[in-house]
Amino acid sequence: MTFTPIDKAARATPPAMARRIRGLSDRTIAWIFVAPSIFLLLAVNIFPLIWTIRLSFTNFRVNRPNNDVEWVGLRNYQRILTDEGTWATMQATAHFLIWTIVLQVLIGFALAFLINKKFRGNDLWTTIIVFPMMLSPAVVGNFWTFLYQPQIGLFNYVVAFFTGADPASFSMIGDVMLAPWAIVIADTWMWTPFVMLICLAGLRSIPNSIYEAAECDRASKWRQFWTITIPMVLPFLMLAVLFRGIENFKMFDLVVQLTGGGPGNTTTLTSIDLKREAFEKWRTGYSSAYAVILFVTVFGLASIYVKALNKVKER
Amino acid sequence: MTKKLTYSVAAIALAAASGAAHAEDLTLCWAAWDPANALVELSKTFEQESGHTMRFEFVPWPNFADRMLNELNSGGQLCDLMIGDSQWIGGAAENGQYVKLNDFFAAESIDMADFIPATVTGYAEWPKGTPNYWALPAFGDVVGWTYRKDWFERPEIQADFKQKYGRALGAPATLEELKDIAQFFQGREIDGTTVYGAAIYTERGSEGITMGVMNALYNYGFEYENPEKSYDLPGFVNSAGAIAGLEFYKELYDTATPPGSSNWYMGENIDAYKSGQVALQMNFAFIWPGVEADPNVGGGKSGYFPNPAGPAGHFAQLGGQGISVVAASKKQDAALEYIKWFAQPEVQEQWWQSGGYSALRAVVEDPGFAGSQPYAQTFLDSMAIVKDFWAEPAYASLLLTMQDRVHNYVIAGNGTAQEALDGLVEDWTEVFEDEGKL
Repeated sequence: MTFTPIDKAARATPPAMARRIRGLSDRTIAWIFVAPSIFLLLAVNIFPLIWTIRLSFTNFRVNRPNNDVEWVGLRNYQRILTDEGTWATMQATAHFLIWTIVLQVLIGFALAFLINKKFRGNDLWTTIIVFPMMLSPAVVGNFWTFLYQPQIGLFNYVVAFFTGADPASFSMIGDVMLAPWAIVIADTWMWTPFVMLICLAGLRSIPNSIYEAAECDRASKWRQFWTITIPMVLPFLMLAVLFRGIENFKMFDLVVQLTGGGPGNTTTLTSIDLKREAFEKWRTGYSSAYAVILFVTVFGLASIYVKALNKVKER
Repeated sequence: MTKKLTYSVAAIALAAASGAAHAEDLTLCWAAWDPANALVELSKTFEQESGHTMRFEFVPWPNFADRMLNELNSGGQLCDLMIGDSQWIGGAAENGQYVKLNDFFAAESIDMADFIPATVTGYAEWPKGTPNYWALPAFGDVVGWTYRKDWFERPEIQADFKQKYGRALGAPATLEELKDIAQFFQGREIDGTTVYGAAIYTERGSEGITMGVMNALYNYGFEYENPEKSYDLPGFVNSAGAIAGLEFYKELYDTATPPGSSNWYMGENIDAYKSGQVALQMNFAFIWPGVEADPNVGGGKSGYFPNPAGPAGHFAQLGGQGISVVAASKKQDAALEYIKWFAQPEVQEQWWQSGGYSALRAVVEDPGFAGSQPYAQTFLDSMAIVKDFWAEPAYASLLLTMQDRVHNYVIAGNGTAQEALDGLVEDWTEVFEDEGKL
């Protein structure tokens, strides 16, 4: 006689416990199973969120345990929203977010489209392309600082080779105009393979029969691309945009290693600014309000986006 | 028999307990840099003499404050002894993170008058100017300059300089002279390589550019506050002199520094100098023993001079640290033993010999001190002109706002010096208002 895994589990349950469980309703058993997750969720997510919201209305500083904590109402929120520096940071984040997503989607999709074709060395090229995303962002940031070095950096030499400019005549991470692009380039280099993989999954999910039917209808390749490939890959693309959007809104390590947020505040993204307020200036109340504003922003944008994504999927 | 056994067990337990009290594992926290390695070697004597074991937690400078202030703020017990930055003293004292050392000093006859006065004020006292001590001056340090003496001495370079500026090329006496020299070397071909003027502090993330720009601001007339009225900032922080000083630093950065040096601090400046990229280097004095020992730039090829004077005075930015006992430590007695040992004149002498800058007057005022190393006299001259940044409990907010404002003007080129310093007055005023001091 053979036993299934379920039979084995039932036999392994001690009789006393089995009797006790037999007396419980399905609903109770369901609660028993779900309770640890709910507890963890409350302890790790919900409680800190509520605590952060509470702190955001105070002048609390975690490095001053002996100081009185005063209720300051909306003052922290008002200060943040009327601070020019915060808006500059938001602009820097928006620039980084938009351009990295645009470039990664375009290049990632193009690479996926090429890799999807059958050719010799296909697997090898896929592995080579995917290599950057396997590295640590801090490591990537660090070696891009060397690549961008005006006197010895490979990037400057490549640009100089094509333009004839002196490599030492420009500094990607020291120039206000170039630094925002320096971080976009490094992030695009690192994360385009991720978008490519998602697009590749989308492309490979399209049944060949659809293209064959289109061929029978004498649809051109161009037409097939716009009426079959793009609509069917779109949900995957939108998912990639969501992942990259959320990730890049939180971007910290790569940019800190690369530019430290400079020159000036040019590449100070919101996460860098928030960390500076919370753990360098120790303005806990102020930074809590900052975190709440960012949370609401991301949550709001993500909700709108997920609704749009669902609509695309329903089509 | 039972009684005998009880006594025996009690005696063994007592012996074990007393043995444990005498042999502790002490952890000393400091920055990861050359002097820390020298201290590890020096501390072996303490281990032999005391029976305690020393462990060390060293963190690189850019993360040092982050890591160690987290440790202090969270009441962590990683560190028993902390060689913390001078600016931390106010916060650590007011928040009960350091042990007050007055009684200990009195009991052990450690007299603060035996130490260089500027280091006592900078590293040990809080509130400043009062005899309340929270640290023993451990490592005297100050911003100074290193220059390529071998380049300066070349006849063709001297002739070029003389022709251009009408004076002999040598260690500058004023900031304007320093700028001339740095600009003179900028882009010059030496031994077939393009070299640059000066490596100066421009780092944005921690404290770099502030530690650099202060050497210009002080000497052009910047003051932290009204000497007659505490926390009265307008007209002192953003005085006409301070604005000129900030403009000077920007001009120095724009015209006389290597390309790509927009985020440089101690490590990058050392690398640029040792690799022969620059003729001059701004850096804390701690690097000088390393420069002297370097095969490329040491052994007489380098010279040293204090931060040059400006039109309104002659000052230099204080660095260095004091050694404190962490209040959260459970091994305070053993930690105090270490401080007692470290304060001894013979240990301080050994400290200087091994590459640490002693702040003990008996060491630095010894007649043989000035000639003991090529940089010893410059160290003495520099320590006589030091000024330090705010050491208020809110120093981090004061420092980081200054980092932002100065970097934004000097490196990013946004706005004017006047706007940068006016903005700084606003920021600092807000900090002091939050602190309840205004």
